[in-house]
Amino acid sequence: MAELNTRPNLSAPDDVYEMLVNMTKDCELQTALLRTNKLVLALANHIGDPKIIADAIEIAASDT
Amino acid sequence: MLKTFFKSGKGTTSNRRRSSFENIPVYKQFEASSKRRSGAHSPIVIVGGGPTGLTLALDLGMRGHDVVVLNQFDFIPHGSKAICFSKRTLDVWNRIGVARRIVEKGVVWDVGKVFRGDNAEPLYQFDLLAVKDQEMPGFINLQQYLVEEILIDQVASYPNIDVRWGHQVVEFARDSSTLTVATDQGAYTLSADWVLSCDGSKSVMRDLMGLDFDGRVFEDNFLIADVRFKQTRPSERWFWFDPPWGGASALLHKQPDDVWRLDFQLGWDIDRDAAVRPENVEPLVRGMIGEDADFEQVWYSIYTFQCRRMHRFIHDNVIFLGDAAHLVSPFGARGCNGAIADVDNLSWKLDAVLKGADHALIETYNDEATIVADENILNSTRSTDFMTPKSDVSEALRNAVLDLAERHEFARPFVNSGRLSSPVRYPESALIRADEDEWTNGVAPGDPAIDAPMGERWLLSKLGSEWKLVTTNPVHGSPVPTVILDDERARQRYGMNAESAYLIRPDQYVAARWQNFTIDKLRASFPWLS
Repeated sequence: MAELNTRPNLSAPDDVYEMLVNMTKDCELQTALLRTNKLVLALANHIGDPKIIADAIEIAASDT
Repeated sequence: MLKTFFKSGKGTTSNRRRSSFENIPVYKQFEASSKRRSGAHSPIVIVGGGPTGLTLALDLGMRGHDVVVLNQFDFIPHGSKAICFSKRTLDVWNRIGVARRIVEKGVVWDVGKVFRGDNAEPLYQFDLLAVKDQEMPGFINLQQYLVEEILIDQVASYPNIDVRWGHQVVEFARDSSTLTVATDQGAYTLSADWVLSCDGSKSVMRDLMGLDFDGRVFEDNFLIADVRFKQTRPSERWFWFDPPWGGASALLHKQPDDVWRLDFQLGWDIDRDAAVRPENVEPLVRGMIGEDADFEQVWYSIYTFQCRRMHRFIHDNVIFLGDAAHLVSPFGARGCNGAIADVDNLSWKLDAVLKGADHALIETYNDEATIVADENILNSTRSTDFMTPKSDVSEALRNAVLDLAERHEFARPFVNSGRLSSPVRYPESALIRADEDEWTNGVAPGDPAIDAPMGERWLLSKLGSEWKLVTTNPVHGSPVPTVILDDERARQRYGMNAESAYLIRPDQYVAARWQNFTIDKLRASFPWLS
């Protein structure tokens, strides 16, 4: 059974971070929220496995 | 014939009097150099006597050139400027013979820890420990004024380097390459074949020539506090997000003589004058190092950071290096280290051209140094943006990273409290030849040569400051001197067998390598080297 990969998996993390910042650059909060959720949906679809998505949700929703 | 004068906008030129620097604290005073007679000529004039100008003077002076250095100050300024010097910088200083004293005086460090809030456990830890078995350490900390003192002492041993203290450029006639230099005894003119502008972020040369320096200011203020205290603490770089004593971030880093560098991110809308008063600084210091800490103020000041770059670093015979050419925010230690990279890159090219090489070689400094500057600006900008998010939206993304990083490994690479300076590669440069053979290890063309043990000595010290061919066996008929890798550790590091060879540039970057080397292959790729 596949598991959510929580080990570093990006060869250029700073590039990816900048892509994410640029996605919502100069956006109003509501627009940013909309875009971020569209990204979540696109990536969730790519992942495909609901178990993995659920594991990722668990990480995201555990508020410190 | 009309002469074109580019005047400084600062209004000092009409009476040609030197600006006074009474407000700048002095670390070490020198005797002002006497005024010279007008009309003299120097092949090379370096404007600026900080680490950039002094290192450049040493590199060119060591290669036999007569060099004049114009330092507007007749003293080494006190203050808190560059502190962290990278291995690459130490290798350059080693090549010119000053590294041993700098490393002996400095504090070696390689671990960095990032904390959040009042959590005593680090969120994240990094280790800069370079590839082992190299002569120089990964990073050292040393106050810039102590580095300058060592460089000045080394310069004094070269009769062909003329450092002029208290000599300030106030005019530049571009068509005759003539500088007007002001001193306390009056002004004089000096013409030059090459003017090397190492005069810092407020470059007079850049100003006099009306050149660009575009970029951005980061809307934030940082309190820099050098304090002296005695505590047993590891020589680690400690960084806090949301420190418990206030402010958005803070940094603690060790320097020699029990002096510590403390940075506090205070925000944009603050009273800058109030922030730097001891009664306002001390609670922050005590918050960081302990309420009962016994400490002494060495230096307090407030800075706003910028990233800027000249479009071109070469303007006819005027070449810009260091902060005069490009400016970065300090997180990542890319300012002085970037400047020394410029010096390392230019020096051998100027030397070659002065000794008859094609003038086109100088343009490759602009090609390569702008690549280095762009990478340094990119990394410094990203670090500063992570620490100072521009909007609520990007702050939420940043905080998501920090939330996740505590418990999840995948988030830690995103945490950016400074991407520490590392040598920039230029595999696409016109002076580099891409691999034609398959290599599984070794050092790629466009990378700096890695040091390796060679018996009791070291490979980089054997490479020196000129083109070298590195082989396993003697080669006859090479147009450049050869270095034989007679140590198995060095051969392994370079992935060498009996037939392979590396061609190394005078700045110790790998220019090319071959699996089945022949002299013909070298001549074909580098016809101008013979």
